Amino acid sequence: MDIIREISNEINEIKDWPSFKAGDTVIVDYKIKEGDKERIQSFQGVVLQRRNSGASETFTVRKISGGIAVERIFPVNTPFIDSIKVTKHGNVRRARIFYLRGLRGKSARIKEKKYFGAKK
Amino acid sequence: MAGIIGKKVGMTSVFSTDGKNIPCTIIQAGPCVVTQIKSEEKDGYEAIQIGFDERKEKNTSKALMGHFKKAKTSPKRKLVEFDSFDKDLNLGDEITVELFEEGEYIDAVGTSKGKGFQGVVKRHNFSGVGDATHGQHNRLRAPGSIGAASYPARVFKGMKMAGRMGNDRVKVNNLQVLKVLTDKNIIVVKGSVPGAKGSYVILEK
Repeated sequence: MDIIREISNEINEIKDWPSFKAGDTVIVDYKIKEGDKERIQSFQGVVLQRRNSGASETFTVRKISGGIAVERIFPVNTPFIDSIKVTKHGNVRRARIFYLRGLRGKSARIKEKKYFGAKK
Repeated sequence: MAGIIGKKVGMTSVFSTDGKNIPCTIIQAGPCVVTQIKSEEKDGYEAIQIGFDERKEKNTSKALMGHFKKAKTSPKRKLVEFDSFDKDLNLGDEITVELFEEGEYIDAVGTSKGKGFQGVVKRHNFSGVGDATHGQHNRLRAPGSIGAASYPARVFKGMKMAGRMGNDRVKVNNLQVLKVLTDKNIIVVKGSVPGAKGSYVILEK
């Protein structure tokens, strides 16, 4: 198992994104190819989960677009992600916040994590 | 045909430059040692025998020890013959994954995973009985008729029936080499390779 992980990390480029986890709000800039042209599409939403590890790690982002919820799964190490920006760190108690799917409106809000003072 | 012996490590995936997630198999191949060179005069055919994987001396018969001594190598577990290599080889020469280049297509031979005693649906892709109604009962995965009655009054040889499945020598053609890591003796090929993790795989050019 260790050899597999070691080799797969070697043959894949492991991206160095800012750290984020479930409950955080992120903006994912995704490169889209149309013919020869390449353009960037942003997807902003709440991270529901991160799953798998190493080269095959993925994360799910959920957003409400025109009253309809959209969820999108991105591989962390895909070459198509241009950038990931973390706009808010959410204060949630679990690693997978699927309960958010059942909530609407005010109850679907996530408290922002507050940091009291800088770490020494 | 030139080749090398390896061990299947396992599967993973790799992102291609155009963003596709490609399944691939990691094989730890070589270094192999030339243990015998067979010639037309002496053996009746030309071949090069190579050995792979260390074996304990105490588990090796004296006859085999003599065979390895001739090539001046330590005893090996797996011996395989190939008919020709591009370059001239001598006894005791090493063959490494450098034999293969990235992007070229190779064949892989392995022993498939044993599945035990299996019925015809799994073993020969029979479709079974499709209906649950129309009088059908308790024959859902049955083979059906296996032949006519008083003539020929026997079942033909090779009739597809239930039995032991797997544990066969299986060859997969045209696997693309995605990566060759010479310092680690690792070769990464696109797609799957027959056999369990840790089983021997013969890679042919």
